[in-house]
Amino acid sequence: MKPSRFSYKRPASWDDAVKLVLAGARPGAGTQSLGPMLNLRLARPDTIADLRHLPDYAGVSVRGDTVRIGAGTTHAALEDGVVPGRLGQIMASVARRIAYRPVRTRGTIGGSLAHADPAADWVAVLPALGGVAVAFGAAGERRLPLANFVTGIFETALAPGEVLRAVEVPMLRDAARWGHWKFCRKIGEFSKATACLLDVPGARPRAVLAALDGPPMVIDDAAALLADPTGEARRIVAGCPGLSPWRQAIAEAALRHAVQGARA
Amino acid sequence: MNAGATGFGVGAALRRKEDARFLIGKGRYVGDITRPGMLEVAFLRSPVAHARLKRLTKPAGHEQQVFTIDDLPEIKTIRANSALPGFRVSEQPVLARGKIRHVGEAIAACIAGSRAEAEDLAGACELDYEMLPAVSDMTRAHLPGTPLLHEDWSMNAFLETHRNDDVSGLDAIAAAKVTRTLRTSRQCMAPLEGRGVLAEWDPRLEQIIVTTSTQMPHVTKSGLADCLGLDEGQVRIISPDVGGGFGYKGILLPEELVLAQLAIRLGRPVRWLEDRFEQLTAGANCREHHYVITAWADEAGRLLGVECDAIVDAGAYSSYPFGACLEAAQVGSILPGPYALPLLRCHTMSACTNKPPILPYRGVARTGVCYAMETTLDALARQLGISAEAIRLANLVRPEAMPYRNLVGKVFDSGDYPEALRRAVAAIDVPSIRARQAKGEAVGFGLATFCEQGAHGTSVYHAWGIPFVPGFEQAFVRLSPDGILEVRVGVHSHGQGMETSLAQVAHTILGVHPDKVRIVLGDTALTPYSTGTWGSRAAVMAGGAVAEACRQLGDRIASIGAGLLQVTRPDVVVADGFVRRIEGEGSVSIADVARTWYRAPQNLPKGVDKGGLEVTAGYRPDPDTGTHSYAAHAVVARVDLETGAVVLEDFVVVEDGGKLINPMIVDGQVLGGLAQGIGTALYEEMPYDGAGQPLAATLADYLLPGSADVPDVRLEHMETPSPWTTFGQKGIGESGAIGPPAAIVNAINDALASIGAEVTDLPATPERVLAAIAAARAGKA
Repeated sequence: MKPSRFSYKRPASWDDAVKLVLAGARPGAGTQSLGPMLNLRLARPDTIADLRHLPDYAGVSVRGDTVRIGAGTTHAALEDGVVPGRLGQIMASVARRIAYRPVRTRGTIGGSLAHADPAADWVAVLPALGGVAVAFGAAGERRLPLANFVTGIFETALAPGEVLRAVEVPMLRDAARWGHWKFCRKIGEFSKATACLLDVPGARPRAVLAALDGPPMVIDDAAALLADPTGEARRIVAGCPGLSPWRQAIAEAALRHAVQGARA
Repeated sequence: MNAGATGFGVGAALRRKEDARFLIGKGRYVGDITRPGMLEVAFLRSPVAHARLKRLTKPAGHEQQVFTIDDLPEIKTIRANSALPGFRVSEQPVLARGKIRHVGEAIAACIAGSRAEAEDLAGACELDYEMLPAVSDMTRAHLPGTPLLHEDWSMNAFLETHRNDDVSGLDAIAAAKVTRTLRTSRQCMAPLEGRGVLAEWDPRLEQIIVTTSTQMPHVTKSGLADCLGLDEGQVRIISPDVGGGFGYKGILLPEELVLAQLAIRLGRPVRWLEDRFEQLTAGANCREHHYVITAWADEAGRLLGVECDAIVDAGAYSSYPFGACLEAAQVGSILPGPYALPLLRCHTMSACTNKPPILPYRGVARTGVCYAMETTLDALARQLGISAEAIRLANLVRPEAMPYRNLVGKVFDSGDYPEALRRAVAAIDVPSIRARQAKGEAVGFGLATFCEQGAHGTSVYHAWGIPFVPGFEQAFVRLSPDGILEVRVGVHSHGQGMETSLAQVAHTILGVHPDKVRIVLGDTALTPYSTGTWGSRAAVMAGGAVAEACRQLGDRIASIGAGLLQVTRPDVVVADGFVRRIEGEGSVSIADVARTWYRAPQNLPKGVDKGGLEVTAGYRPDPDTGTHSYAAHAVVARVDLETGAVVLEDFVVVEDGGKLINPMIVDGQVLGGLAQGIGTALYEEMPYDGAGQPLAATLADYLLPGSADVPDVRLEHMETPSPWTTFGQKGIGESGAIGPPAAIVNAINDALASIGAEVTDLPATPERVLAAIAAARAGKA
């Protein structure tokens, strides 16, 4: 199938981008999700605002203990180590298992997060890493916690007229332990269960269970999970409504494996 | 003339000639071809499975760009009849007329300058229909009270078949008896290139030229002429490079007929390119089987009999030319497999449901039947406490019995079936797997053996009474003035490397270097009639025809060459591109013979054959009941008890395709089929809901195995020549796709044997595997 007719705009400034979006334009980044949706005519925007040429849309900068990652930074750039330090290692390990390299060279961290597919990798991982999403609207920048940025299936905390400009994630010490596990039947398949766990010495361990039929579940204090992975995983998953026995089983497995990974 | 010795002939692992263009992206497919003034077509397709179509309102101002069946009354319905007794023939309108019978059924053709605009038109049409209850469960489709798809039928079934051997006494004498209910999922074939059609009217020739991605151009031509009421001479089918066929491209599509009639009507070229959404939701359906199967064996594992009730979901229509029963009606004849089975009781039903028509897919019926038989054998072996190898060895037809006629009348030509099995088992370290199992590891070893009838001809197919019957295969060969050999055949190549294999055959007979052999395929105006490339027949049939034509041409070349050498015909042979005296010095090149015929006829010897250097010759093996290649597949699989995921640790194939014309191409055929077989076993599934809606509309939902999901396969060959074919070659194109589901599930079930769990339904998804484990544990508790 081919897309229905749309106009293509390439805003040169963030203000222009916001004006377009306020007027109903659909923001486009790497179009790895939007492209198929256009072709299948599931999305029929009048206008697409291509964000890829905005200043500082892609790229990484470190300010103090925080790394700011431009929303247009590709998975491939993250895979290739554009983020420094322990955080960069973790993000690279996540990025290299997103779909296929050709997808990663176009798909972006911000596009994926704003699209808010429950099975997407950054939707699961960023809430565990903490930090904030930087939204840009008519009133300028606004910071939203990543822990509850994704609010539902294809739903985020972005207000109408806002676009996602960057994410700001705290840098991690080398001692930070990390576990991440997802279940895909084949490379490139959407995850059917994802879990990750960040354990920084001296801080509360944080876990996320995602690829559910809704927003990711953030477990703010995962100490119990670390102490009793099997029992606690069962308890957590039992609290997720509507999962088939198999989805429950792999969700529990995901949590256990995330713990294992963080302990390894 | 042992061409293998020259390194170019039959038996040589020659690199494929056609890859010179494919590897640099210069293949030419329908989608690469445009014409001045060409219009694009998009089809408005049904969103519902079963409905009465009341009215279609065309978008205002664009009425002339939208065509329904009422606008194209010239096109007859597609009727793919069968002579099998009791067959109910369907009338398939090329665009829905009065009734809608499956989601995706074409209702109107919309024409515009671009595909996107044509889709806009389709989206702007308003459909008014009255919903009818959908028939989506093949096991219940035939029940009284079910709404009828074809209202003049008495039940929703194309055909039932019966074979009624008496198995009633077996309970009393059998040492073991098992019954299993098994299911294979509906699949969609997924050739890299979809279907595509470009139709244009040639006013000079008064001919409709249809460039279409088909593997059977001549059969398509006949079907198209029939349905459009044209003389066959008014139809030319061109099939350029074809990016995978697998059976899907043997089908005469309603879309082909609509496009041809539109081109005639409009006097402008029109094109339709199938997209993946159409392919998945409206087109390439295949393989949905349901079995209730019982088998009895004695203490040694020898089969005493099999009883089987099989249903195949044939969808809404009987597709042209193979019909709706190619799968179900073959279950009974394929079930005995490579085994000496004494008794078979079998009932089959080709159920008619609100789904797209079932089409033949590589392996046709055998993949499902092999799955049913081989998993049942393993269940018997488990009950008897004997090995999977032992139960097969107890039943395989023995080499000294060849040629062997089995209880359903199939004749196996040659081979050592037990040896293939022994080699496959020997290639696996079975004791180490048993040791791992003893430590509690969920790892298993699985086997499957089967044989593949290929290149079966007239004597087999005339009884089916479908719209075509394969007869003598023909090849046209011509020696050009420059000594280039041109070979024209009516089969086609869609991945099989025919341009190479047939050049090797020609080289074997005439000694012309394969680089100097031009193979012409895929154009009904240029090639002799053939039913095309299907049924693993091209190497045997076209290979035989090319050899025969080259032999006859060689005789003419030899006669002229002898004259030029001033000796007689018996004094010379044709070898290595020369006519040579058998005794004494003296030779003349084939190119010189050609030059003499065309450019210096004054030098031709007296009494020369006036037919010159062009020959059309025909070939059919005798008997033509088909070659039987065979294979043993051995698999090591590990099951993750936590998630149900299956990892293939090892995969061994021992294959006997008779004399291999090009072993490298045969390896490619087996490996490609194997990937598809792994898809059937573990990934591919097109679920339909109760309303007849397909639930896997994209390749994100319809999973195909990727390169990382197919293990390194260890492939071994045996080469038992067929006594009936030109070089001893056998058809082998489908083999790889037949064995994997059976071997893989047998390995899974072996891994789960200690738990007592068995997988019965394909694909063996993690969810199904885990459910089987849970069911076994619940049963024990």
